[in-house]
Amino acid sequence: MSRPEHQAPPELFYNENEAKKYTQNSRMIDIQVQMSERAIELLALPDDEPHFLLDLGCGSGLSGSVLEDQGHRWVGFDISSAMLDVALEREVEGDLLLGDLGQGLPFRAGAFDGAVSISALQWLCNADKTSHHPTKRLYKFFSSLYSCLSRTARAVFQFYPENSDQMELMTTQAMKAGFFGGVVVDYPNSTKAKKFFLVLMCGGAAPLPKAMVEAEEEERISYSSKRDQLKKMRGKPLKRSKEWILEKKERRRRQGKPTKSDTKYTGRKRSGRF
Amino acid sequence: MKLLTHNMLTSKCLKGVNVGYPLGIVAKDIKVLETEFNSEFVLRIIPKLDWDTLWNAADSIGHSGDLPRTLCDDYENDVEFLKKAHHVLLEVEVINGELVCPESGRKFAINKGIPNMLLNEDEL
Repeated sequence: MSRPEHQAPPELFYNENEAKKYTQNSRMIDIQVQMSERAIELLALPDDEPHFLLDLGCGSGLSGSVLEDQGHRWVGFDISSAMLDVALEREVEGDLLLGDLGQGLPFRAGAFDGAVSISALQWLCNADKTSHHPTKRLYKFFSSLYSCLSRTARAVFQFYPENSDQMELMTTQAMKAGFFGGVVVDYPNSTKAKKFFLVLMCGGAAPLPKAMVEAEEEERISYSSKRDQLKKMRGKPLKRSKEWILEKKERRRRQGKPTKSDTKYTGRKRSGRF
Repeated sequence: MKLLTHNMLTSKCLKGVNVGYPLGIVAKDIKVLETEFNSEFVLRIIPKLDWDTLWNAADSIGHSGDLPRTLCDDYENDVEFLKKAHHVLLEVEVINGELVCPESGRKFAINKGIPNMLLNEDEL
């Protein structure tokens, strides 16, 4: 399936049909909620205090509901009015605004304690109109975001980069706007669970939060590397020895070439009678 | 749109507008929805607010009630005051109407409580 960004601009792609999916499809909802929870974790807000947060590309307000559950107040910003209508139907507590992130955020300096964004940033890399210039739009967005956040705030974006160039474009524009930070990749070895989070910090450089990895995965890696090490220690088997022949036959089998099966005679010395 | 959001909104994204604050409100439809009172949040948000703007906005849509025009010094301990602030900030909602840029006069429509902040290409 091709990427949604390639199909239509966001205000058209997220129409009534697409918006409906976000209220009915429980798998989609689950994924959105999980990503939102992780994004809030990465925000590293001081505990047990209600904060005033910004949800960029809030859509139907699924991520906003997660913010509400944790006791925060939020303002949502989205370009698709169909998605915002769904948010109204869901009776979310946050206030909603219709707007284009690439045109800059219309907020006063220092208004928010933090910002989250789920699967929205990659849309800004598109040029849907002749007047759109992705680099300029990203810069305008990041610089206006920088000014409307308070001094110690963070902004966390979950996004789907198409390639490494896109990722670099986003991070450079964010750094140019004054942010510190970088990309955290959760489950980097899994194709499905792999998630990219751009973590931006306002108040000086701080170490990036740790990415999540599967426990099993770690074990598997250490196991295979141990096996490789042992193999290296043993070295290649002696030429024309039984091990060497078995390995060679194994290799031919893997390549799908006709190979005689292994028997008790394989690699055995001929008796003197022959 | 709640008045808390209005307090944070500007029209500075418009070309040729420097401050774009505060936006005027032309309200056609106003709804009052009760929400849970959280004194901690109100306490945290008050230092961030522009109080004059809040009072004027509340007054212009006829919901200032007996909200004090200026902030008194020890509002932290005044629960009655915090409740009034909570009411104006989070319970009064403009459902239909317009926001007006103070510099250019550009109008932003509010439909179903959602202000439309989309700009045309020539306004950037």
